[in-house]
Amino acid sequence: MSDPIIKIQNMNKWFGDFQVLKNINLEVEANKKIVVCGPSGSGKSTLIRCINRLEEHQEGDIIVDGNELSEKTKDIEKIRAEVGMVFQQFNLFPHLSILDNCTLAPIWVKKMPKKEAQELALDQLKKVQIDDQANKFPGQLSGGQQQRCAIARALCMQPKIMLFDEPTSALDPEMIKEVLDAMVSLAKGGMTMIVVTHEMGFAKEVADEVIFMDEGMIIEKADTKEFFANPKSDRTKLFLSQIL
Amino acid sequence: MIQTINFLKPNRDNIKNYSIIGTFLVLVSLIDVISNAFLKINLTSFLPGSLTTLFPLIIGLIGLNMMRIDYSGNKKLDLLNKNINTNNFNALLTLLILFSIIKALPQSLSWMILDATISGDSKDACTGTGACWTYIKVWFRRFMYGMYPNEFHWRINTAFILVIALGFVGYFMKENLKKYLALYYVIIYPVIAYLVIYYLISGGSFGLQWVETGAWGGLSLTFIVSFFCLIFCFPLGMIFALGRRSNLPAIKYISICYIEFWRGVPLITVLFMSSVMFPMFLPEDFFMDKLVRVIIAITLFEAAYCAEVIRGGLQSLPRGQYDAAKSLGMGYWKMHIFVILPQALKLVIPGIANTFLALVKDTPLIFVVGLAELAGMLALAKTNPKWLGFAMEGYIFASIIFWIICYAMSKYSYNLEAKYKTER
Repeated sequence: MSDPIIKIQNMNKWFGDFQVLKNINLEVEANKKIVVCGPSGSGKSTLIRCINRLEEHQEGDIIVDGNELSEKTKDIEKIRAEVGMVFQQFNLFPHLSILDNCTLAPIWVKKMPKKEAQELALDQLKKVQIDDQANKFPGQLSGGQQQRCAIARALCMQPKIMLFDEPTSALDPEMIKEVLDAMVSLAKGGMTMIVVTHEMGFAKEVADEVIFMDEGMIIEKADTKEFFANPKSDRTKLFLSQIL
Repeated sequence: MIQTINFLKPNRDNIKNYSIIGTFLVLVSLIDVISNAFLKINLTSFLPGSLTTLFPLIIGLIGLNMMRIDYSGNKKLDLLNKNINTNNFNALLTLLILFSIIKALPQSLSWMILDATISGDSKDACTGTGACWTYIKVWFRRFMYGMYPNEFHWRINTAFILVIALGFVGYFMKENLKKYLALYYVIIYPVIAYLVIYYLISGGSFGLQWVETGAWGGLSLTFIVSFFCLIFCFPLGMIFALGRRSNLPAIKYISICYIEFWRGVPLITVLFMSSVMFPMFLPEDFFMDKLVRVIIAITLFEAAYCAEVIRGGLQSLPRGQYDAAKSLGMGYWKMHIFVILPQALKLVIPGIANTFLALVKDTPLIFVVGLAELAGMLALAKTNPKWLGFAMEGYIFASIIFWIICYAMSKYSYNLEAKYKTER
């Protein structure tokens, strides 16, 4: 068994007096796909935002690809460049074209030559089937197209890990599929993924493991089949009965 | 109550007749007022006393009332009804405004143009009852160039043309040099402009005679002060806006102190300090020109205002933009230069234009430290014993000039807004 690429040990996090994450322990091996689910306010988003330190944790250790995340971490940008993230609200840069959205970080963070970055970006855009929109601006695209562009933008940094924070929650029902398709093909390509989502169909199709969270704690962590066929805790059973 | 009175109410069938009669009545009222104001003929002298004065108002109101209908199909009539004839009260306001403009027109026209003098070159030429534009004509060069020697005015003109031309360099820059655009405008351009103005207008070398800054003045000084203040206060304001939002306590509190200090003191005291107090703190042999001190003072002052305007723009960006930039591995500076500032600065164009307009209109305050730009030259000229009593003409002239400058600036800001508009 190889070393886990993400290792979280006894992690606690507070927002002021309120404890959002309680004693989180999690190990993710390379190339594994993890789906995190649970009711709103259970700390799922906060958990994955801690993994690239968009949120700071107060206690415990988070080790990403051999680097420990703490106040002392000097090159947090280097770690973030290895960890791609896709947000619920897409968060494309509205003042840049789709192509520029994708090439900005590779050019300025990875110092890639402009031409190479553009080729890479077009390649990634092609994979999510929006290469024909490359010169448009985000405001001119539909939600589904914007989210696929956001996936391509994250992939242009050639990350080792991809984090998805409810990528389909802000989309119209008919656009959800096109985004999920892009994610499925990414998963089949062997990317390490942590996905916060309510799309149980997606979880069944690609996830290796499902984590169920409630009130800041990991209630249940099991293989996908086991999780759906045979949930252990009552809270999980209740949640699944409501969502399925 | 007045809005609900509705007699002679038209409907869609008879609107044609009603609108013709209505238009006729409004025209009668306008003709009455015009003939009264311009030709001094009272068409309604047969009516008793106060009714004569109220006659056009009543007739006009009845006329507008007859034309009022929700929807007529006639575009012009609908436009009129929608905008100035929505109810009786608005119709009354419309008529009153129209009448007062017509009444005021003959006097102002005759004072400004018909009875005004522009010939001659001394006060004796101004014998008419109207304005004396001769005054402006004679003093024109002073208003433009201050006490700067007449034979050297070409130096100011050349310097300005050069500075303006250099300002357009950005438009013609090659694509691969575009990334240095900000560097050019923030650092290189001001330095070149300073050198041009120093060597051409101040002189003292290259065979040009030295002209001390005390002699500078008029509109050219307005331009010089505004130009340097505008070009320096913007980047400085940007730094303090970022500083105020910084996570580092030292930088944050220094920025807050700076902004609150400069926003809390009146500009006029800052100018006094810069010219009277500041030199006392300097070493004996260190000399800094008064004009430079004043420019620095105004720049520091306005930078605080700019900082708050820019901070407003920074705060209006959704947090997701910061998250996205960070998650792509961008550090603080890359995130701000490529993602945050381009969006925030776009949002604050109206606010920045506001601050800049205020700055240009604040420049006359430098008169308190003895620098006479356009308004300052007016103040000097109106106390000249040979030309007493023409303050009005001078201030109208200055207002027109300032209005043109400010209107041009605000138009330019609208263009910028339209150019950089992006959909969210």
